[in-house]
Amino acid sequence: MMLESFELNLAAWPLLIATLGALRLWYAVPLVTSVSLVCAATRHEEMGPIVIHAARFAVWIVVFMAIVVAVIQLLTWLQ
Amino acid sequence: MAKASPSAETALEINLKDPRLAAFLAWLVPGLGHIYQGRTGKGILFFTCIVGTFFYGLYIGDGRVVYASTADVFSRQFLERWQYLCQVGVGLPALPALVQRERMRSNKQPLRLPVIGDKFMRPPYKQPPPDMPGGFESPDQTDRQRRVHHPDELAQWNYERGEYFEIGTVFTVIAGLLNILAIFDAYGGPLVIPPEEQKPRDDKSAGKTSEAK
Repeated sequence: MMLESFELNLAAWPLLIATLGALRLWYAVPLVTSVSLVCAATRHEEMGPIVIHAARFAVWIVVFMAIVVAVIQLLTWLQ
Repeated sequence: MAKASPSAETALEINLKDPRLAAFLAWLVPGLGHIYQGRTGKGILFFTCIVGTFFYGLYIGDGRVVYASTADVFSRQFLERWQYLCQVGVGLPALPALVQRERMRSNKQPLRLPVIGDKFMRPPYKQPPPDMPGGFESPDQTDRQRRVHHPDELAQWNYERGEYFEIGTVFTVIAGLLNILAIFDAYGGPLVIPPEEQKPRDDKSAGKTSEAK
């Protein structure tokens, strides 16, 4: 019984870590939103262009973050 | 009404009123400088984004992530908490940290808030105060029966909040830095990107074109 629960715990660890990682990633959403909106608002005066610029800038940030993650992951595999 | 296109925006004339006062108001309360200039929409946008980010970070960090060092301002030790120099960019919301710092420096009791207690924007203790006879300790996160002793209160906060202490710090720092952009916007107006103009052909290509004709 003890062994089974131990194995269950071992099996649950990666899932738990993945879930926690995914949860932590959600903290990027408000940050990316506010950063892109504020940066866009310093480039335009009207709300329409601000929102369009913010959306494009948010995508750019996410792509940049994804590239950085990919590079770090690649370096981890190469270690 | 001006159309929301870059070419229409370049033709917009913005009355910045007194830019210095607007910049000061924008620092004091994010968005206030823009509201003073009559740019209400942008003022509300800046206020919501910057103050929201700041207080969300403060909430994540349990009210402890915004504090100023108790060392002299021009000393090197003051820069141990360099993050506050960025956080103070948000203006009034970060200023209670200076009050707490001065109270700590003059050996007064820090201000207490009803829910958070005295940890609100208070610098961490390096030595345990008299009302903390056990020193800096907290329950072990893997075995709640055991106690973990910390060298100072900052180590205790980092242990108790874990990565949320860092995430909260990042949120509040970014909020302060974003407000600096907003201050420049209030002072000088937006940095409108001009519409892309067609590049003039260089002589070579022009020549080739004319030759083809």
